[in-house]
Amino acid sequence: MSELIDTSSREETTPHPEMPMAVLAEMTHRCPLRCPYCSNPLALSRASDELSTEDWRRVIDELPEIGVLQLHFSGGEPLIRKDLVELVRHAGQAGLYTNLITSAVLLDATKVAALAEAGLNHVQISFQGSREEEEADRIAGMPGAHLRKLEAARQIREADLPLTVNAVMHRQNLDQLPEMIDLAVDLGAGRLEVAHVQYYGWALKNRAALIPTLDQLERATEIVEEAIRRLKGILVIDYVIPDYYARRPKQCMGGWGQRFFNISPDGKVLPCHAAASITGLSFDSVRDHPLAWIWRHSPALNRYRGVDWMRAPCRNCEYREIDRGGCRCQAFALTGEAENTDPACALSPRHEEIFALAATESAEDRRRLLYRAHGGGVWESEG
Amino acid sequence: MPATVVRRPTGIALTSRPVLPRHARLRFDAVRQRWVILVPERVLLPDETAIEILRLADGEITVETIIDRLTFKYQGDRAVIATDVIALLQDLADQGFLLDLGGEGE
Ligand SMILES: C[S@@+](CC[C@H](N)C(=O)[O-])C[C@H]1O[C@@H](n2cnc3c(N)ncnc32)[C@H](O)[C@@H]1O
Ligand code: SF4
Ligand code: SF4
Repeated sequence: MSELIDTSSREETTPHPEMPMAVLAEMTHRCPLRCPYCSNPLALSRASDELSTEDWRRVIDELPEIGVLQLHFSGGEPLIRKDLVELVRHAGQAGLYTNLITSAVLLDATKVAALAEAGLNHVQISFQGSREEEEADRIAGMPGAHLRKLEAARQIREADLPLTVNAVMHRQNLDQLPEMIDLAVDLGAGRLEVAHVQYYGWALKNRAALIPTLDQLERATEIVEEAIRRLKGILVIDYVIPDYYARRPKQCMGGWGQRFFNISPDGKVLPCHAAASITGLSFDSVRDHPLAWIWRHSPALNRYRGVDWMRAPCRNCEYREIDRGGCRCQAFALTGEAENTDPACALSPRHEEIFALAATESAEDRRRLLYRAHGGGVWESEG
Repeated sequence: MPATVVRRPTGIALTSRPVLPRHARLRFDAVRQRWVILVPERVLLPDETAIEILRLADGEITVETIIDRLTFKYQGDRAVIATDVIALLQDLADQGFLLDLGGEGE
């Protein structure tokens, strides 16, 4: 029987993991949108700290040599970088599979044609809502954003580039989920990612305004399950549930420094895009070391590999090799120490308290948003 | 909303002419010394039969020809091979990782 093994289902964790197959390049933290759920760190990198084109070219050359196969261009908004098309081409020539993760507001027909010609393999566009553009624009913090995204998605499909729609869901847009699914079909996307907001970065600051009620969440799961069956062969739907309402934490990134790394705009190699939020860890930069060295020897990457760093209750738990104690960034953000069990786990001593808080917040239904911006963000004007 | 091309499920038939689309790349990974299929967000590891089927699937030849060639090469049971080939291709098609450049009625 012929078989396709999906590499996202490997489970073992080791102190000396093999080289990741996929890498996320955060080209910049600059972005014309101001999403209140943005997973970028509160301390956003400045343009002057960003890696140069030459730096990126060198990094891209190193990737296939050490066994990386896929490169995801993200940010911030990657299209703000003037060298994006050049770097996509460079990555393709180096043999890498390239994916662009974008808000799409800077995409026009010319840019799409240039990217297609440069060999881009796939595009993922995030949407903040479905039909009511004013509401979608309010979440994005940018007037006109939604219509531009629709137009960009059309251009993408016209250029015959494959499209994934990324729908980031929260209490203020979950009721639009059925229309978001229709939108993905209408746009000719092959894949839809329904991603409940994960609460780190700006999203944690906005948790009270965004966290869904348990009812909403259960309804959303039903809607997605029905759509998966109905749209088989037309639209593939990937579903990411929020772990606030789960009993066990998510297996975050396949484990710290196990299967993935992220290069931040200023060149730091992180185990995920949120890890810079953990203060007290110093991540190594591609400005100082080759990637192969960093992956093996960076003290920050080695810190939470394997299971020896764990504390109780994870240390003796039968699930420790499976979920690896959950997300270190979430443990740090909610308990102040990354070594603690992720409070999303029901066995965490903090779980009840945090779960109860989330439920209270969702019931209070405060809607005012804190937009992502330098210097601590900007509050939505009242009224 | 202007006219957009809404995809229809691909039903793999003997007359289909399958090929991997731009976002599903079959490649030899020199570092790990094995074939891989690169798709958005994931890497699939095809086994030997799958690799063979996909290397034949170039959008020119039909599923029937693929089955003929494999049956000849392995001197195997044609019905078993046919089931295997179609199952693999249908699985890829359902995930959106296969184009059909001309089955019947297209
Ligand atoms: C940080 S964004 C950068 C790329 C681009 N600016 C965009 O938004 O599409 C990368 C992806 O993460 C998603 N995202 C951002 N914050 C998130 C959060 N807190 N939880 C889940 N997904 C999030 C975005 O929708 C986008 O698909
Ligand atoms: S999630 Fe929103 S604010 Fe954050 S980088 Fe993407 S588009 Fe910009
Ligand atoms: S105690 Fe730790 S290892 Fe056990 S299920 Fe909870 S997070 Fe996972």
